[in-house]
Amino acid sequence: MREEWTGETVEEAVARALHELGLPPERVEITVLEAPSEGLFGRGRKAAVVRVRPRPTFQEAAQQFMEGIVSYMAPEAEVHPPVPTERGWMLSVAGDGKGVLIGRRGKTLQALQYLVEMYAFHRSGEKEHVVVDVNDYRHRRREWVRKEALKAARMALRTGKPQRLEPMTAYERYVVHTTVQEVGGVRSASEGREPQRRVVIYPEGGGEGDDQPSRR
Amino acid sequence: MVEELLAFLARSLVNHPERVAVESREEDGTVTLSLEVAPEDLGKVIGRQGRIARAIRTVMKAAGARDGRKVVVEIKDQARERPQG
Repeated sequence: MREEWTGETVEEAVARALHELGLPPERVEITVLEAPSEGLFGRGRKAAVVRVRPRPTFQEAAQQFMEGIVSYMAPEAEVHPPVPTERGWMLSVAGDGKGVLIGRRGKTLQALQYLVEMYAFHRSGEKEHVVVDVNDYRHRRREWVRKEALKAARMALRTGKPQRLEPMTAYERYVVHTTVQEVGGVRSASEGREPQRRVVIYPEGGGEGDDQPSRR
Repeated sequence: MVEELLAFLARSLVNHPERVAVESREEDGTVTLSLEVAPEDLGKVIGRQGRIARAIRTVMKAAGARDGRKVVVEIKDQARERPQG
């Protein structure tokens, strides 16, 4: 595919490229290879040269970047093409035998996910969400979080005392809230600041008093 | 290996990948990686409230642990190092 265009000005060169590629400006990456120069009295005038490439989509960029990271950190592992989810994209990696990409309590995975999202946004210009998963860790962790939430909800009911869970990510807290909703007689609220933010499960009609239980 | 990964991460995130440089020195099993980027790209590797830098450090620590090495990442801020006056 053609990548370089010339024009009297950078704008003109870019306009030609966009016309030929049939793409809007936000869908391309532009690099100015040579700035135009006027020359003296119209002599020695130089044209502008630009390189214009179609931007990758968010999911293409995410996969490409993850493959790069995996080639350094866990060359035996394999990156699957991202699949669309309700909230964005799921990017799965399989075969990271030692869990190098996961880390303690998923800390490395969380950092990777953040970098993948930053990179994919930077390259594609599309602001989307991505969840990175390795060896099905997200699923296993979600099941564990659900179990902990149910356990704490039962404890809150039995003792009548608020139950504080361990610090969790935003997504894990969301899992706790939806799990707690399945149990009658308790409600949940998040408290504290990231990364120490955690869910507290309150027995309804008891516990702390500043907001009313929402019962109609 | 760790220096290449850091260079890869930094080049991916900045606007001027050709100006990314990584220096490494090793002492007592600790690798100190010094990352240099174009001054206008500093924000791209540091991020709001240092979030990107923190994520980079977490990933680099994991990569180092794989080879049994401790990894420290320094980000060079040339504006601050330049003597005043």
